[in-house]
Amino acid sequence: MTLTERTTERPEVRGVRRLSQPDPASRGRGGQRFLLVGLVLASAYSLFPVWWLIVAATKDRTALYQSNGLWFSGWHLWDNLHQVFTYQDGIFLRWTANSFLYAGVGSLGGTLIALATGYGLARFDFPGRNAIFACVVGSFLIPIALLTLPLYLLFSATGMVDTPWAMLIPCLINPFSVYLAKVYTEATIPYELLEAARIDGAGELRIFCSIVLRMMTTGGATVFLLAFVNTWNAFFLPLTVLRGKENWTLNLGLYNWTGTRLESGIDLTGLVLTGALLSIVPMAIMMVAMRRYWRTGVTLGALK
Amino acid sequence: MIRSMRWKGAAFTVPFQLGFVFLYLLPIGYAVYESLFTERQSGLGLGGATTEFVGLDNYGQGLTDSAFMNSILRVVLFACVQIPLMLLISLLLALFLDALTSRVASRFRIVLLVPYMIPGVVAAIVWVNLYSPDVGPLTAIGKALGFDWNFFAPSMVWPSIGNLLTWHGIGYNMVIIYSALQGVPRELFEAARLDGASELRIARSIKIPFVRGALVLTGLLSIIQMLQIFNEPALFRNITPQTVSDSFTPIMIIYNQAFNAGNYNYAAALSVLLALILGLASFLFYRLTSKEAD
Repeated sequence: MTLTERTTERPEVRGVRRLSQPDPASRGRGGQRFLLVGLVLASAYSLFPVWWLIVAATKDRTALYQSNGLWFSGWHLWDNLHQVFTYQDGIFLRWTANSFLYAGVGSLGGTLIALATGYGLARFDFPGRNAIFACVVGSFLIPIALLTLPLYLLFSATGMVDTPWAMLIPCLINPFSVYLAKVYTEATIPYELLEAARIDGAGELRIFCSIVLRMMTTGGATVFLLAFVNTWNAFFLPLTVLRGKENWTLNLGLYNWTGTRLESGIDLTGLVLTGALLSIVPMAIMMVAMRRYWRTGVTLGALK
Repeated sequence: MIRSMRWKGAAFTVPFQLGFVFLYLLPIGYAVYESLFTERQSGLGLGGATTEFVGLDNYGQGLTDSAFMNSILRVVLFACVQIPLMLLISLLLALFLDALTSRVASRFRIVLLVPYMIPGVVAAIVWVNLYSPDVGPLTAIGKALGFDWNFFAPSMVWPSIGNLLTWHGIGYNMVIIYSALQGVPRELFEAARLDGASELRIARSIKIPFVRGALVLTGLLSIIQMLQIFNEPALFRNITPQTVSDSFTPIMIIYNQAFNAGNYNYAAALSVLLALILGLASFLFYRLTSKEAD
């Protein structure tokens, strides 16, 4: 599908090239074709598992096991969706809500804390500032198990294991978000503006809330988006601190469903695949809607 | 006035500092503390367990634990194959995109980033099912082509997981390298072309050296991730336990020690060891790559 689209674009491509890049003559037609073939192959490799997943979600059990995996056979998408949402009294919906709760609320709180910290680190000079920044960068190297196991013990000592708090509290402190927030502050908040506001008599908190936060909308959105994706994708932390089904995330629930065939002989492959497709949808919508933000986030975070 | 302003600035970082102490420093300290003790069952196992201080014994045990050391070796070897391969593909794709107009490039870039949008666990679910001889199309395709491959065979685990990680990672790494490429001053290419350099030569002598920093960074991030690999093998194990043992990767061993064997002290020691190894590996990689640059 996409393959033919790509190849038919080629003549138009060359016309545009000549306009935007003045020196195409040195690159032969053969070279250009080679590049496009390579990219089309890579695109096919990237897309075919997703295509397979979409096709699989429309099949009933017989078709899933017996028909060609890359093409449709019957249309059972609505049945499958119905099954996913009603299986075990609709636990899937609960998991979805949990994932949204942890990723949404956790990232919102984490982003606010990160923006304040990034602003403090970037625009004030106080003793210990370098030490804090060293902690932020050093924590990138800490293996997740080294934090998660003792956190589990601390949470169980305080009775928070198996409650939403065990997921929400760790999300509030995200060193990578702090790092990004510092980089964005340095790029967007000029010293002069802060000075002017101070001369006008604005308090520091007021400056932060009504000037800095407003100017940092783009940076803040990026930080939030990356934190949201991170929490939505988390697996080791929820696996460790959430025990009861009703607090699980989507990832954890789907993982559990994949194991039932060997554990109790119930084959949930169809449900798992439909559920997997559903769990991608919010990510896809968010990524596309906020494309502008996360592209800068990915690259800025990497280049600094 | 300046002095008071400084402290107001510091106040903005207080929530983070508190959180960092409670969610990073305290747990790490607690893990180190726990790692110095061990639980012993009394004589007949009736009197309950007692906790004893054993110094560095758990670390000694960890360093001579063949299952743990093997898992580290396994992951390191795998990293040495998969990461260069993945970064090479990402670099090639980034160079390809860089040679196209920005409009065409941006379309390809979005398509190539689709795998990155998919959560790791879901990506693993999709690929495990693609590999599956029951539901997946790959076995049938292999048969049609004359291959009798079995992705669940123990010898195929690393290629299977490697392909999954590569699929998941190339888009992300490509974007980082591509954005570094965008920073190369275009005049350099013009000058090189005037001197009669071929496009291949320009890529090799100008573009690749210029994105060296991005390659080091993506390499470092990949190493950090790889030493901690857990989700993908855990999911494989969930579906085909005969393919992946429960001591396949370091984190799997740590998880089992903590939650299946109930041996928190030992698990704590192993996670400290893993942190040290991770730090050492990152340091060595950084030294090695920055030395070459001189």
